Amino acid sequence: MAENSIELVELTKKYGTLTAVDHLNLTIGRGEIFGLLGPNGAGKSTTILMMLGLTEPDSGTVRVNGIDPVSRPIEVKRKVGYLPEDVGFYNDLTGLENLLYTARLNSLPENEVKAGTDQLIERVGLSGSMNKKVRTYSRGMRQRLGLAGVLIKNPSVIILDEPTLGIDPTGVREFLNLIAALGKEEGITVLFSSHHLHQVQQVCDRVGIFVKGKLLAEGDIRSLSKKLFKGTPYIIEAGVDTEGVNSKGQPQMLSVGAMKEIVKEVEGIENITLEKNVFSFECTHDASREIARAVLESGAELRLLNRREFGLDEIYYRYFEGGNQNE
Amino acid sequence: MNEQPLQNKENRKEGRHSPALRWLEGVKNKNTVKNSFNAIVDKELSDHVRSWRFVILVSIIVLTCFGSIYTALSTISSEGINASGTGEPFLFLKLYTLSDGTLPSFIVFISFLGPLLGISLGFDAINSEQNRGTLSHILAQPIHRDSILNAKFVAALKLISIMFFVLGFLVMGFGMLTTGIPPTAEEFWRIVFFILLSILYVAFWLNLSILFSVLFRQPATSALVGIGFWLFTTIFYPMIVDVISNALDPGRYASPAQILAFQKFRLGLLHVLPSQLFNEVTSSLLVPSIRSLGPLTMQQTQGAIPGPLPLGQSILISWPQLTGLIAATVLCFVIGYVSFMRREVRAR
Repeated sequence: MAENSIELVELTKKYGTLTAVDHLNLTIGRGEIFGLLGPNGAGKSTTILMMLGLTEPDSGTVRVNGIDPVSRPIEVKRKVGYLPEDVGFYNDLTGLENLLYTARLNSLPENEVKAGTDQLIERVGLSGSMNKKVRTYSRGMRQRLGLAGVLIKNPSVIILDEPTLGIDPTGVREFLNLIAALGKEEGITVLFSSHHLHQVQQVCDRVGIFVKGKLLAEGDIRSLSKKLFKGTPYIIEAGVDTEGVNSKGQPQMLSVGAMKEIVKEVEGIENITLEKNVFSFECTHDASREIARAVLESGAELRLLNRREFGLDEIYYRYFEGGNQNE
Repeated sequence: MNEQPLQNKENRKEGRHSPALRWLEGVKNKNTVKNSFNAIVDKELSDHVRSWRFVILVSIIVLTCFGSIYTALSTISSEGINASGTGEPFLFLKLYTLSDGTLPSFIVFISFLGPLLGISLGFDAINSEQNRGTLSHILAQPIHRDSILNAKFVAALKLISIMFFVLGFLVMGFGMLTTGIPPTAEEFWRIVFFILLSILYVAFWLNLSILFSVLFRQPATSALVGIGFWLFTTIFYPMIVDVISNALDPGRYASPAQILAFQKFRLGLLHVLPSQLFNEVTSSLLVPSIRSLGPLTMQQTQGAIPGPLPLGQSILISWPQLTGLIAATVLCFVIGYVSFMRREVRAR
């Protein structure tokens, strides 16, 4: 068995002049839950199609469980479960029939399938509706059925391409919990592609940010934010009122210029912005104490002081800004 | 230094197992791939049988065929052929070819409705799966990509074969009941070959429509293109050939060489049509007295004793047409196959 579940080396795919995937290098270890994060049209789906051998790369190599999906797609697909964003089923068949058809396509022995199906259905939470026709299913139910179809072949790798699209928030949470449980309990490698930051943040061990066919950064969320905000890793938010009220009876607000004057003694402040009555200080170190003291000494009233941690939001937007600048 | 022998040992260990294991693995792989192929065939077959489209087409074909047999039978009896059948050789084959003018004969119906059957079974083979998103679902399972195309073709072909054999033998039984004459062995084999030929002819249209279903994303487009092509070949193309041959007609007083060349040219134009090929093979199979499908000069016919050809000879004279029909079928399949194999399959 190969060490890594998925290995992409210098993978490139072009559509005419458009380069969808550009010299991509990515390694995903066994049992890892990896989040592929990127905006629409970043080349996430194309990369996934290449992993499954559903489209051929122009150059570079793909190895899934050490097998090349271009030359031996059958062996790869026997071990890899794929759930696209909108999985297709035969509407005239019941959920169970669709599931059994998938099992037959995988040439699974009938008796094993029959024994395992009930448990599987229970697990994805479709017990009550397996004998209804798929046309009556909601989107969330279709995705669950899709997941059941993926799990029925006991995959070692699961690839999920925007699986939560169009599911309501509760459904999404249940779905994500299921995926996280699968990864943790059964040691299945999961590749989760999405443009929803929070969902990825919730379940993934490691995240890769993928924009315009390039992997801009990868790592766990903490190391990503460290790498990204090398210059100003801290943002301190301060809501500040002046003492009095102005003639209209509203709280008098300080301007950015005035604030700069107040905190000019504090070291390491790179930038100050004002948004919705809250000042944001980008600092090289944790300067919250100094800022608070300076503000209070100036006679202004401090309503709110908050040191913000960088979540995926910031990472994501920072990268997209970077991407736009490159244009 | 230490690693070297260890690695060798490992290799040897693997080597001891590998040939038998690999063979077993190979057999298993082949079997599983075959199983999944059969799974698709079974599903397609049951889908076809349950679809309204198929039920309607089958009822149209069955009704028209029995109508044509009825007229054939009434013609046979009204012409007063003696019941012993000694006067008329191959009376049985007339069931399939004879008509009194009110309703076309069995073979005309088959050559007219067969293409429609083929088109209707194949026009949405690939593109509807693509539109439903099931194509990427199926392709993500461990099956070969061509299995889908092959399975769809095999399923439809099975259905057509069953249907045509049932229909052909029903006509035979019907004829036996009403005329009281059993078919001779020669007649029986001619009918079997005719049924096989009809299946081949429908298979051509089936392949053509599967090709269109690969090329066009919308099932409606591929159905329209298929029906358009069918109309063109049955109605418009013969008209165009007529116009051209009228313009080029050398007239009755031209030299025999000229007339012969003209006739060959006209037939050459017509031989592009699969329906023409089908009709020619059919007539050589069901009308044993036909001795040539091309023009004959007076010298060639002089001294010939009119009489039926044996089955082998009948097939021999229509062999080029048969080959052409097979070639056209294979060509459609190959084009569809090539364009499908290299296609990128997105979820929807």
